[in-house]
Amino acid sequence: MSIFSNVIPTVIHAAPLAPDWPSGFWSHLIIFVVILFIFYIFMAMAFIYFERRVISRFQIRIGPNRIGPFGLFQPVADVIKILIKEDIIPGNVDKIIYILAPAVAVVPSILVFAVIPFQNGTALIDLNIGILYIVAISSVSTVGLVMAGWSSNNKYALISAMRIIAQVVSYEIPMALAILGVVLFSGTLSMNGIVQAQTVPYILLQPLGFVIYFLASMAEINRTPFDLLEAEGEIVAGFNIEYSGFKFALFFLTEYAEAIAVSAIITTLYLGGWKGPFLPPILWFLIKVFAVFALIIWVRATLPRLRIDQVMGFAWKCLLPLAILNLLITACQVVFWPALSQWIIAGVNIVLSAVLVVLWSRFFRLTGDKVEA
Amino acid sequence: MTLRTETFILNAGPQHPSTHGVFRMRFTLDGEVIQDVEPVFGYLHRGIEKLAEGLTYSQDIVFTDRLDYLASMTNNQAYVLAVEKLAGIQVPERAEYLRVIMAELMRISSHLMAVGFLLNDIGAFLTPLLYMYREREKILDLYDMVCGQRLTYNYMRIGGVSQDIPEEFVPALKRFIDSLPRFIKEYEQLLETNEIVLIRTKNVGTLSKESAINYSAAGPVLRASGIKWDIRKADPYSVYSRFKFEIPTGIKGDVYDRYRVRIEEMHQSIAIIKQAMEQIPQGEIQTKVSRVLKPAKGEAYGRIEGPKGELGFYLVSDGGTNPYRLHVRPPSLINLTALRELLIGVKIADAMAIFGSIDICVGEVDR
Amino acid sequence: MTLALQIAQLVAGLEKSVPGSVTESGGNIIVVKPESLFKVLSDLKTNKEWDFNYLSFMTAVDYQTYFEVVYDLISLEHNQEVLVKTRLTDREKPVLPSVISLWKGADFQEREIFDLFGINFTGHPNMKRIFLWDGFQGYPLRKDFKQS
Repeated sequence: MSIFSNVIPTVIHAAPLAPDWPSGFWSHLIIFVVILFIFYIFMAMAFIYFERRVISRFQIRIGPNRIGPFGLFQPVADVIKILIKEDIIPGNVDKIIYILAPAVAVVPSILVFAVIPFQNGTALIDLNIGILYIVAISSVSTVGLVMAGWSSNNKYALISAMRIIAQVVSYEIPMALAILGVVLFSGTLSMNGIVQAQTVPYILLQPLGFVIYFLASMAEINRTPFDLLEAEGEIVAGFNIEYSGFKFALFFLTEYAEAIAVSAIITTLYLGGWKGPFLPPILWFLIKVFAVFALIIWVRATLPRLRIDQVMGFAWKCLLPLAILNLLITACQVVFWPALSQWIIAGVNIVLSAVLVVLWSRFFRLTGDKVEA
Repeated sequence: MTLRTETFILNAGPQHPSTHGVFRMRFTLDGEVIQDVEPVFGYLHRGIEKLAEGLTYSQDIVFTDRLDYLASMTNNQAYVLAVEKLAGIQVPERAEYLRVIMAELMRISSHLMAVGFLLNDIGAFLTPLLYMYREREKILDLYDMVCGQRLTYNYMRIGGVSQDIPEEFVPALKRFIDSLPRFIKEYEQLLETNEIVLIRTKNVGTLSKESAINYSAAGPVLRASGIKWDIRKADPYSVYSRFKFEIPTGIKGDVYDRYRVRIEEMHQSIAIIKQAMEQIPQGEIQTKVSRVLKPAKGEAYGRIEGPKGELGFYLVSDGGTNPYRLHVRPPSLINLTALRELLIGVKIADAMAIFGSIDICVGEVDR
Repeated sequence: MTLALQIAQLVAGLEKSVPGSVTESGGNIIVVKPESLFKVLSDLKTNKEWDFNYLSFMTAVDYQTYFEVVYDLISLEHNQEVLVKTRLTDREKPVLPSVISLWKGADFQEREIFDLFGINFTGHPNMKRIFLWDGFQGYPLRKDFKQS
């Protein structure tokens, strides 16, 4: 971390970094892009390693521990293995779409990092419509997945592509509505602005919004319990069934990049981004991102997966009404009690969320049958 | 304007993570809903029934291990039971108790695997399976202690068992049996109240009572549909009539009931093993049987309650050293007869759950 | 089964409903003529006195001069078992009526007997080979099958 303390100031209430640090627009762009790429690759490998070790502990086994101390070079070994694999293109696939699909899937997930603030003002570019940009860009990678599913000329991939369209499009709406709740409180769409406006972390002010956004984004990135898009047990890896070698590595990377992106967004929107006492902000950011990712891994290791009609039922009958109610309550609070202390609003919101969740679980039926133990 | 749709054929081919072995199902799908399913067998057909006619009765015991290779002990038991019925051989008491202990341990191991793989197919990503495997490893270590093998035991002989148990077996078995109920309870707690498991298994793949009887289903599939039929009580063999145990049955016959029945049967097996360990006498472990057995002309059918259902061997003898005809009643194949009716109108995700709940082993289906 | 089958009563009852069908009986085995097989089996199933509603297994044995097809019926209610056998002397084109309309569990077992013995079951909706591939010549479990 000494590099960072020499190069980037780490005063706790840091003055915002100049938007053209270090010396002008182009050098800022190039240096930051390089830093982001390094961050991206490093974090992807760290996440892969982290996930494999943590899931192994959940499954009472050890996980990779042979390559390097504590298995730390396992992701490196995996990357090398995948890069030297033969690049097979099956005979009757739609060649252009087949080759373009991984690129279309992976690029938006990298583009998301352009607006995420690592420190006060330290983002590639602090767009004043940051969160809107993120919602728009992250939907594009779905097109890449569907392209892969369609062009593979394989029925399993086709089923997966159809499921992807249904699931990802359905979960966009509760996701956007949950974000709107945060935006109402912070008054700005800019990501750095949202972090700065959090005197009380928004997870307390918007507990229901946090839950909705967490679940909706897990459905967007195909994570258990919504990982039926590439369910190994049924449709045998779904859209990436015909991919091997580097193209498969790109899809695999997409999955982890989206997971990092979602963790980073949740950190920024709900957990207070880089804010925190004593430690440098970049460290707080990393700790929070890892904490959210640990939660995602925990859910993956524990829960089985849902069926497609249950997933759709959950989105439209449960998350969407709750998101609208959340937005309504937030709007009322912002309009009628703008001067009230945020801690009181937080308390009210927590109670209301608990009531709403209990109410919905009483009346909500995922498939039409009441479930009793 | 109605949308023109087409059905398409999907091969859940011989290589598939969820078809427990080389088994193929040809689905005719309309979107996600299955319109028709055609199971294709024969990928593991080795001609065991024909091969058995070329070997002597004691040499055939090795074949029976490979039928349902996940439950070898019970296969052995059914075969030697049939031969003993055919030749009129009496088995000493100690051997009978040893057979019961081994068979019940085998039942626990097979049910652990069945439940673990069912949850894996539902999507719980190996975690419950590995918990089950942890306990199964202890069972395999026990078997290793007795007969030196972990998968195909070849332990039982015509007239008894092949080896006596070593001294360290009894305390190890006691430790395992005492720790198992707590583990099964912990497992139940983790999964019984999990909403996702409940909605994936309840009311899915319901087999009614009349259907279950008509389709000749056996074992946990039959009992989950509400029929109290267990060969250990209906046609007691070995020394099962001396033990007190119950037969768990389900109510509706859906995937959840089959899963519950298997868990309850594990508890009953623990009770049987405890009673057997108390009652086991000292004595011989095998009656003197000639190396090359020549039973009198005739036929016999020996049946046992295997973990997957009623496993039986129909033997016909012509007075020679080799069986004239050996037929295996395969519980997995006959339980699969109901598959087509269960799967029509159901989505693919449920199809895998239903298929996993029937719990087959392809070695037995194809023989 | 725990209750011994009253074989004499069974045979007497069958003589009344399907006369001349039973050729031999003993223990818990009865041998019936192939022509009256279907009637005997449906009578055993539907007659409330016997109520053999569960087909445990069916198989075939090749006795050089004839084929013998064995049906093992169980009554879950009364806890009884009977083995019904029938003998087919035609070795070129052995044929039997399918019992799939009585017990659907006979589906795969009849296909297996057709695959390995060549006995055709009329009335079966899908009489195809089950284990061996479709172009296979010969019926392996027959005693005169030459292994190449």
